[in-house]
Amino acid sequence: MKKTTLAALAVLFGASGALAQDVVRMGSEGAYPPYNFISDATGELDGFERELGDELCLRAGLTCEWVINDWDTIIPNLVAGNFDTIMAGMSITEARMEVITFSDNYLLPEPSAFVALPETDVSVLESGVLAAQSNTIQASHIADGSADLLEFSTPNEGISAVRNGEVDALLADKAFLAPFVADSGGALVFLGEDVLIGGGIGIGLRQSDTDLRDTFNAAIAEMKDDGSLNEMIARWFGEDHPQF
Amino acid sequence: MFSFCTDPSILPDWQWFACLFTNATHLQFYRAFGVVLVLLAITAPVALGMGLMGALALRSRIWPVSWLGRGYVNIVRGVPDIVFFLFVPIALGQGIEWVMHQIQCPDWDQPIRQGNDFIVCREARIPPPNSPVWMRDAYAFAMAVVAYALVFGAFAANTLHGAMQAVPKAQIETAEAYGMTRAQAFRRIILPQMWVYALPGLSNIWQILIKATPLLFLLGIQDIVYWANFLGGEKTSLFTFPHPDWRMWYFLGLLVFYLLLTWVSERAFARLGDRLSRGQATAAGERIRKGAAP
Repeated sequence: MKKTTLAALAVLFGASGALAQDVVRMGSEGAYPPYNFISDATGELDGFERELGDELCLRAGLTCEWVINDWDTIIPNLVAGNFDTIMAGMSITEARMEVITFSDNYLLPEPSAFVALPETDVSVLESGVLAAQSNTIQASHIADGSADLLEFSTPNEGISAVRNGEVDALLADKAFLAPFVADSGGALVFLGEDVLIGGGIGIGLRQSDTDLRDTFNAAIAEMKDDGSLNEMIARWFGEDHPQF
Repeated sequence: MFSFCTDPSILPDWQWFACLFTNATHLQFYRAFGVVLVLLAITAPVALGMGLMGALALRSRIWPVSWLGRGYVNIVRGVPDIVFFLFVPIALGQGIEWVMHQIQCPDWDQPIRQGNDFIVCREARIPPPNSPVWMRDAYAFAMAVVAYALVFGAFAANTLHGAMQAVPKAQIETAEAYGMTRAQAFRRIILPQMWVYALPGLSNIWQILIKATPLLFLLGIQDIVYWANFLGGEKTSLFTFPHPDWRMWYFLGLLVFYLLLTWVSERAFARLGDRLSRGQATAAGERIRKGAAP
């Protein structure tokens, strides 16, 4: 009886040692269009990273499922083993490399931009109040400068803060900001020069998961070689976006 | 949901809204209301159970037990809830995995802590690898119930302990005069009568529990406040239903929901109070005895 129960449990959990491949759980934020967002038509994760991640899993022969996690706790949850990868527009930085590891980049270093209300003076970039999402390269970029930093847990809240005058400008990835500026009909504009920060975007992994990193690196290299990655970047971010 | 929803961008307003409010993300939003209510329905009795055990520990004559009770109540009441909600799921989860690891893989030769990573053998993973999504959701939900029960159990323990002390001493002396043991007197005299004294405190804790449910998002469960914030946020033309920042309206909806919940529980507690006061040696019990309106 006990044996049958155990066998039943093994089947239920799929925990028999014979099964070769575990499901790879892919963590993402779901609040950073067009990188990753929750589609309001299907209710599922959508975006560039969803499509790329699914394609990489297909090429590497992995079974993958997606997990939505808050940005601020996404690295602790990866390290704790609640999921196995992060694909959430996360730039490869030295500070993050101390805690986790990254695959090769699947997006080149790309411009970040300031967005503000029309007729905002450029001097606010030195002396004003600037917003950024907490724990991002943009937040540390502002913190290193002379302006005051106001952090928000989602980039959408930063946009609202710009609109209602709570902050002078918001710094975020230009690809994220572009649709907001385009849709606003002149109510939001880019301010000043673009800034190039970060070392490109890669898949975040636990430092001990070297095999999984190698698997993803091979798939990313394959997609860089056959041009399918460039094609995907152009489709989601436009032809002007930096390509491999 | 509706047949006309295939291309919302060309629809007149009322149909556009009908499609928006029945789209996939809104259905998840509505489901989150159920999750919150189920969490409340499960957590409240579990926390009350924790509280009862804590209160018993507090009044225990065996000093290690009473110290344990005092330690639990004071530590949990003194530490911010948010710390517990961040600590419990990770610490408890890793604790369970560590124990499972010792049982399942005694021959494991690699360290469990490798730098920042916590690595146990495959058999010890909770929930097991390849578990279906519903099982992971259930696990996260159970963790949430444990975290809430731990925190609110400590408050309930103190309230119940106070209520036990409030039962008139003369009644316990009478019980002892009838030859009841301490345990019998507790079961027959204190336990049935203490609730009327505990009720105001318990109703406070219940209200605070309702207000604490948005912390669910810290535990990886997308609750109604998360969804309201997400759905209300500005949506660009990348989405099927683009709209400006509507968070105020979504939060207004939540306000109504929470007030409704408060109003319903207020009434329920009032009725419970009348019921428990019947035959009690309290002012409310006296009023009922004299036949005045309760």
